[in-house]
Amino acid sequence: MEEEKKHRHTISVLVDNEAGVLARVIGLFAGRGYNIESLTVAEVDEIEHLSRITIVTSGTPMVVEQIKAQLDRLVPVHAVGDLNMSGPHIERELALIKVSGSGDARVESLRIADIFRARVVDSTTKSFVFEMTGSAEKLNAFIALMKPLGLVEVARAGVVAISRGVDST
Amino acid sequence: MQRMIGTQIILQALVDQGVEVIFGYPGGAVLPIYDEIFKQNRLRHILVRQEAGAVHAAEGYARSTGRVGTVLVTSGPGATNAVTGLADAFMDSTPLVCLTGQVATHMIGNDAFQEADTVGITRPCTKHNYLVKDVDDLARVMHEAFFVARSGRPGPVVVDLPKDIQLAEGTYTPSDNSTHRTYCPRVEGDSVQVERAVDLISNASRPIIYAGGGVVNSGPRASELLVELVNMTGYPVTTTVMGLGSYPGTDAKCLGMLGMHGTYEANLAMAHCDVMVAVGARFDDRVTGRLDAFSKGSKKIHIDIDPSSINKNVPVDVPIIGDVGNVLGQINTLLKQRLSNSDPRKLDQWWERIEEWRSRNCLAYQKSDSVIKPQFALERLYQHIKDLDVYITTEVGQHQMWAAQFLKFDAPNRWMTSGGLGTMGYGLPAAMGAQIAHPSSLVIDVAGEASVLMNIQELSTIVQYRLPVKVFILNNEYMGMVRQWQEILHGGRYAESYVDALPDFVKLAESFGAVGLRAEKPAEVDAVIEEMLNLDRPVIVDCRVDKKENCFPMIPSGAAHYDMILGLDDESPEGTDQGLALV
Repeated sequence: MEEEKKHRHTISVLVDNEAGVLARVIGLFAGRGYNIESLTVAEVDEIEHLSRITIVTSGTPMVVEQIKAQLDRLVPVHAVGDLNMSGPHIERELALIKVSGSGDARVESLRIADIFRARVVDSTTKSFVFEMTGSAEKLNAFIALMKPLGLVEVARAGVVAISRGVDST
Repeated sequence: MQRMIGTQIILQALVDQGVEVIFGYPGGAVLPIYDEIFKQNRLRHILVRQEAGAVHAAEGYARSTGRVGTVLVTSGPGATNAVTGLADAFMDSTPLVCLTGQVATHMIGNDAFQEADTVGITRPCTKHNYLVKDVDDLARVMHEAFFVARSGRPGPVVVDLPKDIQLAEGTYTPSDNSTHRTYCPRVEGDSVQVERAVDLISNASRPIIYAGGGVVNSGPRASELLVELVNMTGYPVTTTVMGLGSYPGTDAKCLGMLGMHGTYEANLAMAHCDVMVAVGARFDDRVTGRLDAFSKGSKKIHIDIDPSSINKNVPVDVPIIGDVGNVLGQINTLLKQRLSNSDPRKLDQWWERIEEWRSRNCLAYQKSDSVIKPQFALERLYQHIKDLDVYITTEVGQHQMWAAQFLKFDAPNRWMTSGGLGTMGYGLPAAMGAQIAHPSSLVIDVAGEASVLMNIQELSTIVQYRLPVKVFILNNEYMGMVRQWQEILHGGRYAESYVDALPDFVKLAESFGAVGLRAEKPAEVDAVIEEMLNLDRPVIVDCRVDKKENCFPMIPSGAAHYDMILGLDDESPEGTDQGLALV
């Protein structure tokens, strides 16, 4: 069979914030062999107890359609949106990046951080923690530049996304 | 609004949901519920011998009535024993509510006695599940469970009930059956798609209707509408193993079952059609064979209530999401206006081809005077029961496929088999459940000797409740389907497929308090069937059949659906090497 091309999709799932709902979603991906590149989840409506799960996945058009249909039939799921199908959208990721060093490397890391609009949120005489938001590509570029300058570790939040314009995702 | 103890809430909810029978097995974590059952007479409890039996019995009950089957089991092993049945019901879209006991909420996660993470274990094999942690959620969850189980594509729902919740006092709220906050399956077909489907249907020259279990699940009205559609169009119909009876099997327009052991004419018609109307069927691998060779030249219409069934295996041209009954109603209404000026002879050529395929007589077998051919036994059985009010269940394997080929069903809900999961041991408890639902009807489990042993303990339940279930065992001493695959695909190396030291089924029946009969020669078959049917008691028939008979026709796994083996003399189709890796 001819190999169909895989595409990256950012899927936004609005769910009841109840026990086990994340396990249901993740279990679906694991059990059916779908790919998860990034996953974020947090409550977005305290009164209605709704959480938004943002999943970056990839697959052939048929598989992505399956993923959405399978998600949609889970009982606690309110809505499934495919941000790649519903017009332009914004994706952001947050990262905390720890860099240690001294002398020129330390100065250089601060200079690059400035160019990337990363903020210093913790500092010792030997280290910085930078906070940065942006596209995954921007974060990757910054982290790559920090590597030779004394990168210690990285924590990333995963992709969150929302559609542009007036309509809900 | 009424204050009640948890167990009273549970019972009240069951009664409000119209439950009359519950299949179960007691244990520590459900003792309070059993105590409540003891105090009432609104619900009938059927005590099984193992929890798997309870779930399959509830499946038989559900599928023979169209109602939700209900199960009650204890925590830990009670729940894990129920898992196979839940997975079975999930695959075959059978509506069930399974109540499981759980250790008290403060003990959860402590590896308490008979504790298992029931919602974790059953999450992937149920439509939905709940762990009730607050007694004030209990009534809502109970009602929701029934709503979810029966709505949309039906399925099993587990409600896990910690013991302290069962004993706590809370508020009972009556059911609001009509809606759910998030779960609202679409039942009406999109009118634009229905219009497109009708265009395709009215212009087809080589059409076929491919009907599945969704027609049965939609209710008897869907079957009537399917018959109406066929009467209007003159289209041929083939049904899946789950769809047997959704269209009258004795009708000339019915080509029988399709798929791996389906008829030659059904599979060839599927391969060569120009318009395929899939109704409540899911393009299972047993039906499609090798996917890239599946009915390449056809336009496909797919009616299904579950959007995830659409375009899962086979891309379709006209997807219609909705309840089969509603959508067929919409299609028929439009078709009535369109077809009045169509040429009634335009399908003649297509039917000629179909009749040619049919004339291959693909279910023919070598007759014998000395050994009982399993096909012969079923042909004889069918002759005796065809005019009776009968429900048939099966186990899994060769006998199941022969039963699907040789028994005809003219109405839905009369045939119950484990189609998707292929659960050996399904048939006996399922027959028990069907007999509970239809006490004065004839219920027969067509069985193999290997499968029936997997839940043979339920014979004890059958005897306890005086259920006149008939178990018709086609005994070939092999796991017949395993042996057949080993013969065809593994060079005749019969690894572990022969069962040594089988029980004497006649004595086994007697030891349980049932009647045992045996047929060893073809000449004895009729008399034994008659005797079985005349007994108003549970009966096991040990029908000793040809040990090495194979079930044909067969699409070997990995082959295209038009490459059928009609018999062992037939040349093996290409592609079986890759097929070795397929189930």
